[in-house]
Amino acid sequence: MAYPANYRYTREHEWIEIDGKTGKIGITDYAQDSLGDIVFVESPKVGTAVKKGEVFGSVESVKAVSDLYSPITGTVTEINEELASAPEKINTAAHESWIMKVELSDPAEVETLLSAADYEKFIAEESGH
Amino acid sequence: MSTSATTPALRKTPLNAVHRQMGAKMVDFGGWDMPVEYSGLIAEHMAVRNGVGLFDVSHMGDIQLRGPQSLAAIQHLCMNDASKLEVGQAQYSAMLYPQGTFVDDVIVHKLSDNDYLIVINAGTREKDYSWVKTNAQKFHCHVSDYSDYYTQLAIQGPKAAETLQKLTKVDLSTIKFYHFKWGTVCGLPNTLIARTGYTGEDGFEIYIPSDETTSKRVWDEVLEAGKEFGILPCGLGARNTLRLESALSLYGHEISETINVFEAGLDRFCKLEKGPFIGSEALKQVQTSGGPTRKLVGLEMVDRGIARDDYGVFNESGVQIGTVVSGSPAPFLKKNIALAFIPQDYSALDRQLFVQVRNSMVKAKMVPIPFYRRPKKQS
Repeated sequence: MAYPANYRYTREHEWIEIDGKTGKIGITDYAQDSLGDIVFVESPKVGTAVKKGEVFGSVESVKAVSDLYSPITGTVTEINEELASAPEKINTAAHESWIMKVELSDPAEVETLLSAADYEKFIAEESGH
Repeated sequence: MSTSATTPALRKTPLNAVHRQMGAKMVDFGGWDMPVEYSGLIAEHMAVRNGVGLFDVSHMGDIQLRGPQSLAAIQHLCMNDASKLEVGQAQYSAMLYPQGTFVDDVIVHKLSDNDYLIVINAGTREKDYSWVKTNAQKFHCHVSDYSDYYTQLAIQGPKAAETLQKLTKVDLSTIKFYHFKWGTVCGLPNTLIARTGYTGEDGFEIYIPSDETTSKRVWDEVLEAGKEFGILPCGLGARNTLRLESALSLYGHEISETINVFEAGLDRFCKLEKGPFIGSEALKQVQTSGGPTRKLVGLEMVDRGIARDDYGVFNESGVQIGTVVSGSPAPFLKKNIALAFIPQDYSALDRQLFVQVRNSMVKAKMVPIPFYRRPKKQS
């Protein structure tokens, strides 16, 4: 699976696509594969303040719940409404199924996130056990 | 993700390499390295409800009791009335501790007047075998552990009979529900074919020799035979959602060493009138002292939220009144369901129920169980 080179990643398996001062955030293909069939996404409300490294919502599959950690600090500007009725889209297209859009309050935080190459190395180590 | 060098290696069924070859996601289930899903839990669940699914259930155990007092031993050990069985018939039953709580739930098969097969859970294999050996000692019968003798396959779904029929000359329409016959399956003579299962659908469990070559050959032949019906290999994930929709008990959840027969709602399989058995006195005591104090009920989530194992059940005043023992989304019913223990006298008719889903109290309602009943056959 190719991890988009222009995205950044976290060790908690979130991705972020930056466009100026806005970031689109979702979970990686590795995450959706581990979770299995996704049935529920709990997203924050528009206007919510999110903090880097803190829980902003959750994704549930049939067999598990997984907390979502924000890659950056900022304010939620938009939620992907599609996921309320079709959460399984994350399974089929994890890197296109954004969960929330955030206005970044500190764009420098992006530099601390993993590149696609670093993330791929990280998951290769994780699954090698 | 523990990789401790001191944990013992996981046990494997003869089909372990086959599951891995098929790309199954594997999980540690009670010390066994088992497939949890192959193509996807929901797809596998729906295949069983709509067509046919194939499960490797070889991790389950088999204990055989033989001898002139094998019936007497079974009657002493198990709560259902095995004297009512005809040769070729099976019954759902359970072994109880003296206090009327569960050692394990089992299926008892009458092979002949002096020969019984008890099929037991994977996680309790050794405990059950020890229990049976110890408690059958005073009866004139011989107890054998046949667990590693068989590869056990479950073929389940409305198309299970048509699938299996291609592989045997035994007329499957002559095997009634919870009955079994012996016959040639996939060229293997004297194979046990039982119309039993854990999915709430029609289906069969076959017991074949446990060598890897035979196991793989039969597995592949079943998948080939079921192809036209959309057969899928199914893992423990779907096995759990299927049995939950049908409100079938899982050891450690609805039944355990701290839950008694009445609390679990399994009275109809417990024949106190047959005479004394291990646990019968304690159960009679429960009856005469006012009955069980808690009951197992079905819950359906009313507001958005998924009730899961061990979540608390609360009343409208925010007081915890019970606990979910099994909870999950139900793929066929498309609802979020749960089984929970609540106080015996709790009536939902005039009171609200909530499940604590992480930080929120989510509204739920009591519903009759089973949540799902398979449609009656037309013929």
